[in-house]
Amino acid sequence: MKPTFPIEDTKDLALMANTIRQDLLKAIHAAGSGHPGGSLGMADIFTILYFHALQHDPKKPLWTKRDRLVLSNGHICPVLYATMAHAGYLSIDEVMTLRKMGSRVQGHPHREEIAGLETSSGPLGSGLSQAAGMAIAAKMDDAGHTVFALTSDGEHQEGNTWEGVMLAGKYQLDNLVQIMDRNYIQIDGNTEDVMPLDPVREKYEAFGWWVTEVDAHNYKQVMNAIDQAKNVKHKPALIVAYTVPGKGVSYMEDQYGWHGKAPSDAELEQALAELQDIRAQIESGTYEY
Amino acid sequence: MYMPINPLVKLSKHWNTPDALEKLGTRDGFGKGLVEAAKKHADIVGLTADLGESTRMHLFAEAFPNRFIQVGVAEQNLVTVASGLAAGGKIPFASGFGAFTPGRNWEQIRTTICYNNQPVQVVGTHTGITVGEDGATHQVLEDIGLMRMLPNMRVIVPADAEQARKATLAMAKNPKPTYLRLGREKFPTFTTKSTPFEIGKADVYYRGSDVTIIAAGPQVYDALMVAVALKGTVAVEVINMHTIKPFDLETVLKSVKKTGAVVTVEDHQIAGGLGGAVAEQLALHLPAPMEFIGVHDAFGESGTAKELLEHFHITQKDIIKAIHCVLARKK
Ligand SMILES: Cc1ncc(C[n+]2csc(CCOP(=O)(O)OP(=O)(O)O)c2C)c(N)n1
Ligand SMILES: [Mg+2]
Repeated sequence: MKPTFPIEDTKDLALMANTIRQDLLKAIHAAGSGHPGGSLGMADIFTILYFHALQHDPKKPLWTKRDRLVLSNGHICPVLYATMAHAGYLSIDEVMTLRKMGSRVQGHPHREEIAGLETSSGPLGSGLSQAAGMAIAAKMDDAGHTVFALTSDGEHQEGNTWEGVMLAGKYQLDNLVQIMDRNYIQIDGNTEDVMPLDPVREKYEAFGWWVTEVDAHNYKQVMNAIDQAKNVKHKPALIVAYTVPGKGVSYMEDQYGWHGKAPSDAELEQALAELQDIRAQIESGTYEY
Repeated sequence: MYMPINPLVKLSKHWNTPDALEKLGTRDGFGKGLVEAAKKHADIVGLTADLGESTRMHLFAEAFPNRFIQVGVAEQNLVTVASGLAAGGKIPFASGFGAFTPGRNWEQIRTTICYNNQPVQVVGTHTGITVGEDGATHQVLEDIGLMRMLPNMRVIVPADAEQARKATLAMAKNPKPTYLRLGREKFPTFTTKSTPFEIGKADVYYRGSDVTIIAAGPQVYDALMVAVALKGTVAVEVINMHTIKPFDLETVLKSVKKTGAVVTVEDHQIAGGLGGAVAEQLALHLPAPMEFIGVHDAFGESGTAKELLEHFHITQKDIIKAIHCVLARKK
């Protein structure tokens, strides 16, 4: 069934996110490597963006008025690819060729492979500045679209991120909305052990940003936050999205060990079964989203 | 009886049987070597940028927690803090993925390590297209070039894990600015504890008079296998050019005077890499026909290491083809 945008019903969105979670796990499993933790954690937000919030047209991926979505932490591209596939940018079959020789679905996004990818990423910390550049260009041209920068907490250890933060504040980029995947994990451990980042709100406010915080798995909260962020005047906006890495798969949730490895056959089977369970709960109205 | 394999280099007695050799990534040898070196040298400190286990720095961190610094995902911070530690009398080993260390922090390495001449040991793992599935962003193919252009910098590309261990010990013993290029993919460990290793001293592993293969990294093993395969038809000389800089001109000239033809082999861009380094020297001292095995002005892509080596023509078959090409060009 082809979706029609925007989807307003949170139940339909939650079901779509559930499908995306299953598909991205299958793709990572088939690839034998990849990053499930952040991908699963961000599935609800990607669903809300592509099926509800973004102004875009998968049939015209280069439409000049489209909102721009810059994925800075490119390693979570399985969620980007799976979401874009369900939105109509590529086929799900192609997503299953993730990381394979000759595939357009590269291990980290390559802009030139798939129309609709705004940038290549993987090297952390350089997405926010690119988004800021896009936002400035849009302002110069009086274009009405919004630039969404999706970033991670780990990449806030990069100086480049803070250079972008400062610049966006200076130029009052109110057409820039950053959504930070605040999942408290990275490769070597929990973020606050590796390099403390809290308090995020105070830091950003000091740089002239408007900040809001959301439970990333609560659809109403996220949808409202995006609406509000888009309407902020004279300041760039940050939505701190408190995500559960590995969301929906019990043994992956909040485990930094699942930052970047593929599930085994048995692990995949269990993960899909758990996600099917959640799906039934969404259908019957017993799951919170 | 004369054997073309150089007995002085004391390779594993199974060097000719790939399946009998232990397969390891060169990063594994580094991890082991650093712990060993740190036991001898109390001034050694270790740093990484959220890549403890990935770069095998975690072995050092576990053994010497008080001498380990985790800087987070911050490569520019990594090498500049290391420079400061060196200024304070320490011998810092700073590790990361090659794409970002030295890929992202090149200028900081240039000024604060090389220009200051501080003895920081820069360690880049996950180099070359053999990084595989992660794709082009992570497959650094320019790091040898970036590093060998810097005055004061030494550039070492070990052929296997055992050589990486020895290189680490040698770096610690005589610390100067150094870049150690390492890989993740597992390749045969064919050198032994007794194999000589000296920074700046290339080693002839296999002796021949028709053509010289100059290789660095795990491709040295491919070169050896090619030499064996061509035995009786082409007499191949194989040089393990584990140190790209300082360049061992003497060993290269001695060989090329004899053979008059050269093939270079590396998992790196030709421009700026080992091939470029050899060509610069030969153009000046002893022009000879050359063929280059490596990546020709392209980005990598996702795939298995094996598929990518085939795709980019860095296999034993490709070395043999290049040998025939270069021999045809020989006067
Ligand atoms: C510049 C750069 N340095 C290092 C890496 C290697 N790396 C990939 S993911 C990652 C951890 C980043 O933390 P985060 O984005 O918070 O990860 P997650 O929450 O998805 O586990 C690192 C260090 C990279 N991709 N880019
Ligand atoms: Mg994180």
